[in-house]
Amino acid sequence: MSAAWEVVIGLEIHTQLATKSKIFSGASTAYGAEPNTQACLIDLGYPGVLPVLNEEVVRMACKFGLAVNATVAPRSVFARKNYFYPDLPKGYQISQYELPIVEHGELFITDGEGNEKRIGITRAHLEEDAGKSVHEGLDRYSGIDLNRAGTPLLEIVSEPDLRSAKEAVAYMRKIHTIVRYLGISDGNMQEGSFRCDANVSVRPRGDEVLGTRTEIKNLNSFRFVERAINFEIERQIDVLEDGGEVVQETRLYDSGRDETRSMRSKEEANDYRYFPDPDLLPVEISEAFIDGVRETLPELPDDKRRRFVDDYGVKQDDAAILTVSRALADYFEEASASADAQAQVVANWVIGDLSGALNKEGLEIEACRIPAEDLAGLINRIQDNTISGKIAKEVFEAMWAGEGTADAVIEARGLKQITDSSAIEAIVDKVVADNPGQAAEYRAGKEKLIGFFVGQVMKETGGKANPGQVNEVLRAKLKEGGQ
Amino acid sequence: MSSKDLHTQGLMQLAEGLENGDFTAVELVTALLDRIQAHDGELNAFITVTADAALQAAKRSDELRRKGDGGVLNGLPLVHKDIFCTRGVLTTCGSRMLENFVSPYDATVVGRMADAGAVMLGKTNMDEFAMGSSNETSYFGPVKNPWDLACSPGGSSGGSAASVAARISPAATGTDTGGSIRQPAALTGTTGLKPTYGRVSRYGMVAFASSLDQAGVITRSAEDAALLLGVMAGFDARDSTSIDHPVPDYLAGLGRPLKGLRVGIVRQHFDAGLDEETGSAVREALSVLEAQGASLTEVDLPNLDLSVPTYYVVAPAECSSNLSRFDGVRFGHRAENPEDLLDLYCRSRGEGFGAEVKRRILTGTYVLSAGYYDAYYLKAQQVRQLIADDFRKAFADVDVIAGPTAPSPAFRLGDKTDDPITMYLNDIYTIGANLAGLPGISIPCGFASELPVGLHLVGPHFGEEQILRTAHQYQLLTDWHTRCPEGYA
Repeated sequence: MSAAWEVVIGLEIHTQLATKSKIFSGASTAYGAEPNTQACLIDLGYPGVLPVLNEEVVRMACKFGLAVNATVAPRSVFARKNYFYPDLPKGYQISQYELPIVEHGELFITDGEGNEKRIGITRAHLEEDAGKSVHEGLDRYSGIDLNRAGTPLLEIVSEPDLRSAKEAVAYMRKIHTIVRYLGISDGNMQEGSFRCDANVSVRPRGDEVLGTRTEIKNLNSFRFVERAINFEIERQIDVLEDGGEVVQETRLYDSGRDETRSMRSKEEANDYRYFPDPDLLPVEISEAFIDGVRETLPELPDDKRRRFVDDYGVKQDDAAILTVSRALADYFEEASASADAQAQVVANWVIGDLSGALNKEGLEIEACRIPAEDLAGLINRIQDNTISGKIAKEVFEAMWAGEGTADAVIEARGLKQITDSSAIEAIVDKVVADNPGQAAEYRAGKEKLIGFFVGQVMKETGGKANPGQVNEVLRAKLKEGGQ
Repeated sequence: MSSKDLHTQGLMQLAEGLENGDFTAVELVTALLDRIQAHDGELNAFITVTADAALQAAKRSDELRRKGDGGVLNGLPLVHKDIFCTRGVLTTCGSRMLENFVSPYDATVVGRMADAGAVMLGKTNMDEFAMGSSNETSYFGPVKNPWDLACSPGGSSGGSAASVAARISPAATGTDTGGSIRQPAALTGTTGLKPTYGRVSRYGMVAFASSLDQAGVITRSAEDAALLLGVMAGFDARDSTSIDHPVPDYLAGLGRPLKGLRVGIVRQHFDAGLDEETGSAVREALSVLEAQGASLTEVDLPNLDLSVPTYYVVAPAECSSNLSRFDGVRFGHRAENPEDLLDLYCRSRGEGFGAEVKRRILTGTYVLSAGYYDAYYLKAQQVRQLIADDFRKAFADVDVIAGPTAPSPAFRLGDKTDDPITMYLNDIYTIGANLAGLPGISIPCGFASELPVGLHLVGPHFGEEQILRTAHQYQLLTDWHTRCPEGYA
């Protein structure tokens, strides 16, 4: 990318709130049901029906507002966004327009240089989702599935503070982490519970005025966000460098071709005729309500990360990884509590072998096969010299395969380390006697051969001898044999 | 009482007769169904008659009564305006759009009436989607006024008003967005009550203008209206705009004499534009109140002249959005063989809606459009607030505000259909109460050109007891409300 251009990005993230019932009706929000089995008369927009606000939705929006240091509006208003589409039963979407429930928030990401950077959150507002149109397998017709109609969404709008696709992804990941920490969304991107629109523009570096922006709709993975934005940046720079002008328009990202395409221009944009919904009263939120919600806030990722560094002495980068999800952080803390080792050792295991095993099977930490306490048990057996670090890998795999705790595996497989010095001395004597040539070379000063001897001893013991102890005994024996 | 006179009685008398065992609900319902047969051909007051269901319900209520059970309306017949959703029964809203729409659920009003034991005889004709003041916008043809079949019964609850006036039904539900209960009540010599906005649930009432719509009743007397209001009123968790305010015993308060009642008179109500004979009848009624010890005071509602234009911005704006759901996709009229989605929308709506509904959707879409919103919709909301403030100030000094319900008696069918503005002005005295969310009642108070004239009483928020009591006391002294159009006695 040319250094002459500055990129300006703002994101609108739509996160589905994890309520049991819909935002304005009692119908279930569960995913994956048969089409149109979870849409009641209210979701279908039948004549005469009226919306009633689900209070849980307000609580969740309020939680988010507090978590991003925002103002929770004492009074917010639902408005109607009017347009015709077959998956929009009422012909309008109930959303918030002039008076959203959350305003003026912020969060911090790590920028390209590793510095902490503040990203402003303009607002977050509540709205209902639409249904969806189904085209596959229907000849000449479109099907409408209204199960999703009326599902609560929180639309989180950032300031145009992001300066690269990487920053945009970092911001989106941060929001993803926060909503899952708060338990207000499952963040499931495949099911569309967490998706975003990206507003992208470029301007000559140093300019104050923003360039013309385009909006890329409906990005539902972190990878697509990064690739779509990067494509769009290149495209806009090409247009401008060729002396053209960027057209304000809505674009769609085609992941198959890795490109964005024009969907509709500003001229074709709908006039949504927003006005306050007369069927719903303004949402009034008291200080007492906000205080009540504040008391239910969990420790947030940034605070947790700092605590892991300060209290546990875990490395910065590792603390960041451990706190990406609340469940992973909890796992780490639980394992640390039972382990007689430095927390960093536990962190290494969690980030290393454990995460590796999870990733290999595409599992989340919630589905982990080894309880945190058992991982601590394994670490403890290394600490107390029952097994070596190398044997520990084997024990871990056996534990993952369901063979039980570390102690059970060590016992069953006979992996207990040999620490009896007379036994080790006997083996060392045998190895030295079997390799007189190497022993002589060692004594002549080729000390690197110690590795060879250690290897031989370990081979003899099936890896169960304590390597430190073997080393010590070998050096003594080789030395004394030369005298 | 012989069963051939049952139709002449109001709800209170019928309740007493049923209780005394003078007749059964089945006899009563049968007699009224016969009247529908005999008279609806000329009146066109009904869109649907639910004879079988009514007889079954009557039978059930007679059984309940024998066991000493049943609600306060047990066995009492009534009709519902066809804007209320009725489970398993056609609910057309007077529109081709819903010509074949059978509602899968009951409106709260319908449910509460049924739970109290009322028996529905049928669904009444109305202006399409309640948009009209003459019942001429109905897809099912205009309703005729029993006082003169060449005249309109008013609208939009014209079928409800005509059926009560013609002694077909003792009572009817209606809805009032700008005068749609009170104006037809005035034009047919019946009693029409529009409660405070939020007093009665709107759930299941097909929405026209959500911030103005309110369900009410048309009856033969204020006493009967009080009886029904006690059943309909009250908080409904399914309507966020319904208000959780205690429901008083409306019947209990009716007996208080009028001595000391402060009645406000709005000077502009008697200006040019008011038919002379209508004005005389209303003034005469005011002197009746005065003679009972009420004091008359002039009150000022300085922004009242802005109420019609304000209404015709707010109501169309809301209706343009409320009627978007009629798109031919899930229910209602769908055009045949659409070429594509746009064609489906355009033709389904083009064919399904009549001219007045289209006019209001277009007006509403315009006033909400980008660039016009501030000048029209926002401005109208500000004016609406001023009008509400005017009323609030006025009610600091008076208990009720009295005046004419409509500027003239019933007009001839076809007389105003070419001129929407003249038609809209028919609601000039009633619209203010809708904009301010106030309760209002129209009661018969005389005749002009041999047609009924209505006295309009408006109360403060939740002042239903006050206006019902005033109306009832007036009806104790006068017999206008008992007058029956010729041929319907």
